[in-house]
Amino acid sequence: MKKTKLSTPVRYTINTVLTIILWALLTLFVSSSGLKGEYYRGILITIGINIILATSLNVVCGYLGQLPLGHAGFMAVGAYAGAIFMKSTPAATLLRAGNHAAVIPYIIIAVLVSAVVAGIFGLLIGIPALRLKGDYLAIITLGFGEIIRVVLTNIDSVLGFKFTYGASGLARIPKFTSLNVIFVFTVICLFLIHVFMKSRHGRAVLSIRDNEIAAESVGINTTFYKTAAFVFSAMLAGIAGCLYAGYIGSLYPSTFKFMKSIEILVMVVLGGMGSMLGSVISAIVLTALPELLRSFSDYRMVVYSLALVLMMLFRPKGLMGTYDFSMGNTIEKIINRIRGGRRKADTADTGKEVQG
Amino acid sequence: MSNVLKCEHLRVVFGGLAAVSDFNIEVNENEIVGLIGPNGAGKTTVFNLLTGVYTPTSGVITLCEKDLAGMSTVARNHEGIARTFQNIRLFKDMSVLDNVMNSFNTRMHYSIAEALLRLPRYWKEEKAAKKRALDLLKVFNMQDQADEIAGNLPYGSQRRLEIIRALATSPKLLLLDEPAAGMNPAETENLMETIGKIRDSFHIAILLIEHDMSLVMGICEKITVLNFGEVIAQGTPEEIQKNPVVIEAYLGKRRD
Repeated sequence: MKKTKLSTPVRYTINTVLTIILWALLTLFVSSSGLKGEYYRGILITIGINIILATSLNVVCGYLGQLPLGHAGFMAVGAYAGAIFMKSTPAATLLRAGNHAAVIPYIIIAVLVSAVVAGIFGLLIGIPALRLKGDYLAIITLGFGEIIRVVLTNIDSVLGFKFTYGASGLARIPKFTSLNVIFVFTVICLFLIHVFMKSRHGRAVLSIRDNEIAAESVGINTTFYKTAAFVFSAMLAGIAGCLYAGYIGSLYPSTFKFMKSIEILVMVVLGGMGSMLGSVISAIVLTALPELLRSFSDYRMVVYSLALVLMMLFRPKGLMGTYDFSMGNTIEKIINRIRGGRRKADTADTGKEVQG
Repeated sequence: MSNVLKCEHLRVVFGGLAAVSDFNIEVNENEIVGLIGPNGAGKTTVFNLLTGVYTPTSGVITLCEKDLAGMSTVARNHEGIARTFQNIRLFKDMSVLDNVMNSFNTRMHYSIAEALLRLPRYWKEEKAAKKRALDLLKVFNMQDQADEIAGNLPYGSQRRLEIIRALATSPKLLLLDEPAAGMNPAETENLMETIGKIRDSFHIAILLIEHDMSLVMGICEKITVLNFGEVIAQGTPEEIQKNPVVIEAYLGKRRD
C-alpha cells in the first residue's frame, strides 16, 4: 500500500491556518467574556510567557540533556534589558494615546535587545560551564541565577546612578504585552525551536544527548553545539523576560529567585524532557491550575512537589516522554487510515462480485 | 599502494603500566587488517590512541602521510578516521535516518541562521543529505527501517547501523571494534559479507578487532597479534595460525 506523504508547503499551510484559527478562538473567547475578559487575558498572557520559558529550557534540558538551574537569571536579564530599553522610548506616551501600531517597531527592537543581551550572558556562562560535566553545570547556573538577582538589587549603588532601581523595583514600564503580541511571539519562539531542532544543528544537539563520545567520533563539535543550544535557550528566555516586563509593568529582583528557575524546570520535567508538546501542555496546566484553585494558592508548592513525586512514580519520563507532536504527521496518519479503510472496502466489494 | 595508516613505535603508559608498548602497523588502501590478541592485550587501547581518546606517551601515528599528533577525536574524524564501538553507542532515541544524516554534519554548510529562516541552502543540503543517507542505507538493505527509532532495532541491525554511521563520514580508515561480538554464526556470516562489500564499494582501509577467528581468518589479509601491549606476530592468516608464539599466547605453553 502506497502511503500518502504531505509535502512541506502543505504542512506549513495547515499549521498556519490552524494557528490563525487558534488566535481567532482565543480573541473571541476573551472579547466575549465581558468583565471577566480582562482576567482571562492576564492568564493567557502568563501562559504564553511560561510556554516560552518552558520550551526554551527544554532545549537545554530535554534536547541537549544538561541540567541548568538558572533559567530565571536569563529571564531577569532579558526583562531588565527590554524594560530599560522600552522606558527610553516614547512607547509609553504612544500606548496612552492608543496608538498601538506605532509601538510595534519598539516592541520588536526591545525583544531583540533582550534576546541579544540574554544571549551574551548565556555565552559567558555557557563557555566555561559546558566544559564541565554532570552536576557542575547545575551548580554554576544556579550560582549565576543568584548572582544576577543580587547584582540587579545592588548595582545602582555601584554605578552611582539609577539603573535598575534595586529592590524598590523598576516601575512604570510601558505595558506593551497585549494578547496579540504574546501570541505572535509564542508562535515565533515555538517555530524557531522547531526549525532549529529539524536541522543539522538540531540533530547534532540530540546526538550529544544520546551519546557524547559517539557524537565526537562522527565529527560533531560537541563544545560548539552545547554552547549554541545553551545560548539559543538563553535568548528565548530573554524574550520571555522582556514580554513579562511588558505585561507586569514593574520589575523586582525578588521575582527571579531560585524558585522561579525550579518552577520552569518542573514544567519541563512534568511535560517530559525532550517533548515540546509536553512542555507546552504542562506550562498551560501549571499556570492555569493555581488560578483555578485560587483559594488553595498557599498549597501550590505542595501540589507541585506532590505532582512531581507522583509523576516520577508513574510516568518517570514525563507526561509525553520524548514524543514530539507534528500536525502534518497526524493528518498523514488519518488520511492513510481512511484510505486503507476504503481500499479494504473496495477489495471486499470485488470479492463479492467474483462470488456472484 | 599507499599507506593509509602507519603507526611507529606507539607507546602509552598509564601510571606504571605500559598498556601498549612499541606498536607498529601499516594499513594500506583497500586492505582489511585484523588486530587480535587475548583479553587485556591492549587492542581497544590502540583504537583509542588512533582516534585521539588517549594521547600516546611516545610514537607517531600518520594517516595518509599526515601526522595526527595533538589532534582531537573530532579533528581526526575530519581527517578520515571513523570507528565503531565495542559496546554499541548509537543515538538510540533518534531515527535510523537521523543517525546517518548526523554524520554528514561537517559536510553540510548551512548556518544556524539559515536553518532558522529556512533559506534555500537549507532545503538543498537537507534534500541531498537525505538522499545520500537513504542510498547508503539501501546498500546495506536498511532503507525500510529508515524511520524507525535506532534503539528499537534488533541487535544485528544496530551493529550494522553503527558501521553505516561511521561510513557516512566518508572515512579513509574504518576502525571496527569487535563487530561480531554477541552475534550468532548466521549473523557473523552476514557481517563478513558486509565488511567485504564495504571494502569493495568504498575503497577504504579497514582495521578490525575481533575474537571470532572464523571472521578474522576469513576476511583479513593481514593480521597483527598483540599480547600484553606488545606485537608478538604479524603476517597473513596462514602464518599466524602456524606461529608458535601466537599459539602460546592463546593456549599457554606445554609443560614438559
